Amino acid sequence: MPSTLDRQALLDTYLRVETPEGIDLLLRPAGLVPRALAFAIDLAIRAAILLALFITLGLLGKFGMGLATLLLFLVQWWYMVLFEVLNQGRTPGKSWLGLRVVHDDGTPVGWSSSLTRNLLRFVDMLPFGYFLGALSCLGHPAFKRLGDLAAGTLVVYQEKSMARPPLPEAEPAPTPLALTLDEQRALIGFAERHGSLSAERRLELASILAAPLGTTEEHAETKIHGIARSLVGAP
Amino acid sequence: MKQAAFERLHQADWHEFATRLDALERGKPSPSQASSFPAAYRQLCQQLALAESRGYSSQLVDQLRQLTLRGHQQFYRHRSPLPGRVLGFIVGGFAREVRDQWRYVLTASLLFYGSLIGMAALVYAFPELVYSVLPPDQVAQMEQMYDPDASRLGRFAERGAGDDWLMFGYYVMNNIGIAFQTFASGLLFGLGTLFFLLFNGLTIGAVAGHLSSIGYHQPFWSFVIGHGAFELTAITLAGAAGLQLGVALLAPGRQTRAEALRQAAKRGIQLVGGATLFLLIAAFVEAYWSSMTLATPAIKYIVGTLLWLIVAAYFCLAGRGQHAAE
Repeated sequence: MPSTLDRQALLDTYLRVETPEGIDLLLRPAGLVPRALAFAIDLAIRAAILLALFITLGLLGKFGMGLATLLLFLVQWWYMVLFEVLNQGRTPGKSWLGLRVVHDDGTPVGWSSSLTRNLLRFVDMLPFGYFLGALSCLGHPAFKRLGDLAAGTLVVYQEKSMARPPLPEAEPAPTPLALTLDEQRALIGFAERHGSLSAERRLELASILAAPLGTTEEHAETKIHGIARSLVGAP
Repeated sequence: MKQAAFERLHQADWHEFATRLDALERGKPSPSQASSFPAAYRQLCQQLALAESRGYSSQLVDQLRQLTLRGHQQFYRHRSPLPGRVLGFIVGGFAREVRDQWRYVLTASLLFYGSLIGMAALVYAFPELVYSVLPPDQVAQMEQMYDPDASRLGRFAERGAGDDWLMFGYYVMNNIGIAFQTFASGLLFGLGTLFFLLFNGLTIGAVAGHLSSIGYHQPFWSFVIGHGAFELTAITLAGAAGLQLGVALLAPGRQTRAEALRQAAKRGIQLVGGATLFLLIAAFVEAYWSSMTLATPAIKYIVGTLLWLIVAAYFCLAGRGQHAAE
């Protein structure tokens, strides 16, 4: 049985996607600002490419200019598509900001949906400076612009690898009363997060449980750490 | 089972799965890594479900979730080779799509050719009407481009091989850009597509009517008939794709607007892809064949008519074979 904690509506912007394997994936959609920054970086890169192109190919005369025009077309319309499809949904700008494009169901973006979302950029840019796109992005719960809506894609934060903090040292202690799964997980979560909380906050949180656990407020924290260790089964 | 024991039992598997993912994400998995990946992925999914249901710590669950998410990305990646799919699309898939969506193609064609022919007839009958559509300097430029005395035709009269290249690049960029915009602006409830279809139809019609009425019909029609087969068809196809977006927003039927839009975009993008191919061909024909003055107008008319017939035959016949369902 999945715990009830997971089934509740989430307070943050996580999107829950159920996969065919019967598990839930959590996707974290990216908002307007990181997306705009990523786009600005891509724009700068494209500008640099085009400048280099026209300077070098301009030397080749009309043949070179023809080639440059073709490449201009490629860079203008296909830069995003090629990177998104061939580089795991990441253009250089998105990669820099830790974003990636995926389908609504969490699967990697393909040729036709990437082409759709990037062609519809033309409408998102109307009437000037991504006005429609920004409006749509701010109004949608998953921060989609119009192109994303039509293509069925999402821009999500890329998962970062994270280090697991060790549990704090404490004498393993048995639980004094029967705990539900969520309560057990809350106690373990408290122990795992001890490094990121201030001493005062830890004392404040632990003292809430002092009475039920049958201990004083000063010892409540060590007691919880001990219970967490025994729940996890750490030596 | 306690969490620590669970972790001890599977830690090695998770490490191995992570290295396997690294290899797959770089696109260079060893054969054994690739072949056992589905089994390993499903096992990981099961371990995640176990960890969740047994109330293991959120840190562990998050870690497993991340691995699963990366695995999901690799597992559901589309891996069929692109050249094969493109070839299949050219050989029959594209024609099939066009036949499937004939209503939209017909509507777009009527709008485009209707405005084109109507405008051409009007300008032919009332020559001064051309100035209501085009500014005078553009008309003068058109007259200069299709002057029967010029040795080469098209946008720039006197030109050599280098110019052909320049023009090829220009045609590709300009025309495909217009096709993309025609499609994309369908998202504005179809109004943008309508505008581009009518605008292009009226402009081309005005030019055609004007040049015919001042006696430049021979250079003009022999110039445009060849690549027109591909270029004009591509405009109507991009228009058909754009109209679908508009219709999906205005009349989504039993679906939600978002779902109708997604499906319309999915169908429409196929037409846009095909239109892009057609415009590449058109740019090639326009830059290297249409502008040639070595061939007499008679030959150009014959070749042009042949190209129109080929395009028509392609849409009528291609992809109807016994493997059509694939």
